[in-house]
Amino acid sequence: MKRAKFTILKSTCVPLPLANIDTDQIIPARFLSSINRDGFGKNLFRDWRYDKKGNIIQEFVLNRPEYTGSILVTGSNFGCGSSREHAVWAIADHGFRAVVSDSFADIFAGNALNNGLLPVVIPSEILGKLTTMIILKPETIITIDLERQMLSVEKEGISVPFPVNPFRKECLLQGLDNIDYLLGMKEEIMAFEKRNSP
Amino acid sequence: MEPRTLFDKVWDSHMVKSVEGGPDVLYIDRHYIHEVTSPQAFNGLRQRGIGVFRPERTTATADHNIPTADQHLPIRDTVSRAQVEALAENCKANGIEHFGIGHPNNGIVHVTGPELGYTLPGMTVVCGDSHTSTHGAFGTIAFGIGTSEVEMVLATQCLLQARPARMRITVNGSLRRGVTSKDLILYIISSLSTGGATGYFVEYAGDAIAQLSMEARMTVCNMSIEMGARGGLIAPDEVTFGYLSGIPSFSSDPDAVRLLEKWFSLRTDPGALFDKELEFDASAVPPMITYGTNPGMGMAVDGTIPSEEEAVTDDSGSHRKSLDYMGFSPGMKLLGHPVDYVFLGSCTNGRIEDLRAFAGMVKGRKKAPGVTVLIVPGSQQVARQAEKEGLAEIFSRAGFEMRQPGCSSCLAMNDDKIPPGKYAVSTSNRNFEGRQGPGARTILAGPLTAAAAALTGMITDPRELIRNGYQ
Ligand code: SF4
Repeated sequence: MKRAKFTILKSTCVPLPLANIDTDQIIPARFLSSINRDGFGKNLFRDWRYDKKGNIIQEFVLNRPEYTGSILVTGSNFGCGSSREHAVWAIADHGFRAVVSDSFADIFAGNALNNGLLPVVIPSEILGKLTTMIILKPETIITIDLERQMLSVEKEGISVPFPVNPFRKECLLQGLDNIDYLLGMKEEIMAFEKRNSP
Repeated sequence: MEPRTLFDKVWDSHMVKSVEGGPDVLYIDRHYIHEVTSPQAFNGLRQRGIGVFRPERTTATADHNIPTADQHLPIRDTVSRAQVEALAENCKANGIEHFGIGHPNNGIVHVTGPELGYTLPGMTVVCGDSHTSTHGAFGTIAFGIGTSEVEMVLATQCLLQARPARMRITVNGSLRRGVTSKDLILYIISSLSTGGATGYFVEYAGDAIAQLSMEARMTVCNMSIEMGARGGLIAPDEVTFGYLSGIPSFSSDPDAVRLLEKWFSLRTDPGALFDKELEFDASAVPPMITYGTNPGMGMAVDGTIPSEEEAVTDDSGSHRKSLDYMGFSPGMKLLGHPVDYVFLGSCTNGRIEDLRAFAGMVKGRKKAPGVTVLIVPGSQQVARQAEKEGLAEIFSRAGFEMRQPGCSSCLAMNDDKIPPGKYAVSTSNRNFEGRQGPGARTILAGPLTAAAAALTGMITDPRELIRNGYQ
């Protein structure tokens, strides 16, 4: 199956500078009961976005009109906890295409890549600087160039490289699907099974 | 040949192919699925017009959102019912073994797999659930995956995975009386923090680990993910083989002896290198509780909540936010703090040994007034055994609610929610905000500390009760 290609993303950002945001916060378990992949965006950060009665919590970043855009800039160890891919679906469904942090939980990062959501890891000092900049100047535009593996803020002279596995990068750039890749390997898989059968 | 770690031996023997500049193609021996993270994967297969490649390697159980009372009746919540029914239909259509609600083999996926003898040493095991690390107790590479990967495994029995770094955690000495393997792992996580092992696969070793039962080892491996590790594993030994010999499907296998011989080589070679090595002294481990909203925020049951500066977290804003949520403050002691709920269950501590430990302490006594105590066995088999050994009787006399198997209050997808603002001492694995229900305040602990709270209605040091003749 073809996926949307990821090349260059230019956007304003939403800052959420908290460490250890777990997938239960990204989407609480009580909203996982769908059997489809879409529609999770409305419950993204549900319990931080709405109070118990369902009223909007004005102070929360997603409810503040000054913060918009398709890049989420967050704190260390983002996406820890449950392996639920619903967390990635919710973030993507809300309209984000990239999440920037200085570290991600492993399963979350894998799930994100499998859905065309780019986890961008940058050094802590730059993350701190970037977060402050966005909070003070919400109109700041960040460019994420996957081909060159660079995150930059042209106006501020910031330019920082980020790592991506070369195979994953190629898949994202081409909009390739990993399952198609593995399906193309059936012969080798069956040969492996034969070699290892008791 | 270069000395290799146990992890690398298992990984290497499952590598179908190494992708240039990319992840390896890893063959998966055993795939467990459940109702919440699999429906979208089956939908994906349908859209591609393909079926399940090796249905005999997949086993399904309904556990996450099922009710734990009146399981013989139709599920009331329509969305949950749709998921449970979708699982049954998907399994039927694809020839996958399915242990649905009420089936004698039903239960939490990480409890049933091992007890049925489906998880064996040297295997690769995956499931769309982060606590798949539990199965590492058998010397397997077992880890949680997302739904896209569930689809990948259903379609090809393989996964694209980058090889993680290796860490060894050696625990020497012996655990003291009143201290369980849950306390040990909470202690380790509190010293590493909730992201301290991200990027690593952990091997647990040392004489303290060797002394643990299989069930206690599963508790340790189960929570590896709570410090960010991909998984945790323990080399198979006599304890492992003894456990497996007690499982009918294994002991009646004509191949059993040959397998045992093969498994004896499953250990880290002397001199094999790890990317990181840590050591702990088991005798220094106290009964542990958590005070915050991630499993790394743990302390001794009689300890003092650290300040922002002292805490092993990476962000002070999170520490404050966390304590506010819990209604605690730095410098506070929790001993004697009132508790509203006690939950014994989950894939961390819902096995028969956990129920025995809990029962050992409460036997002949009654719960404190005002506390609701929920006992949820990890599987039908555990429930039957608890009945047979008279544990169920002890629990009902104590005034506890004995439920039917399921994940229950561990993630509160069903009705077993802790009300907002209430304190729950829970033997599960996550104390995240709202994990046990919106606004619920979770204090993670082992089964003995939970039993002590059930009897006294407050945070209590189980060693204190043991000294006074309990247990
Ligand atoms: S008991 Fe809790 S942690 Fe274990 S599988 Fe169920 S929901 Fe996940």
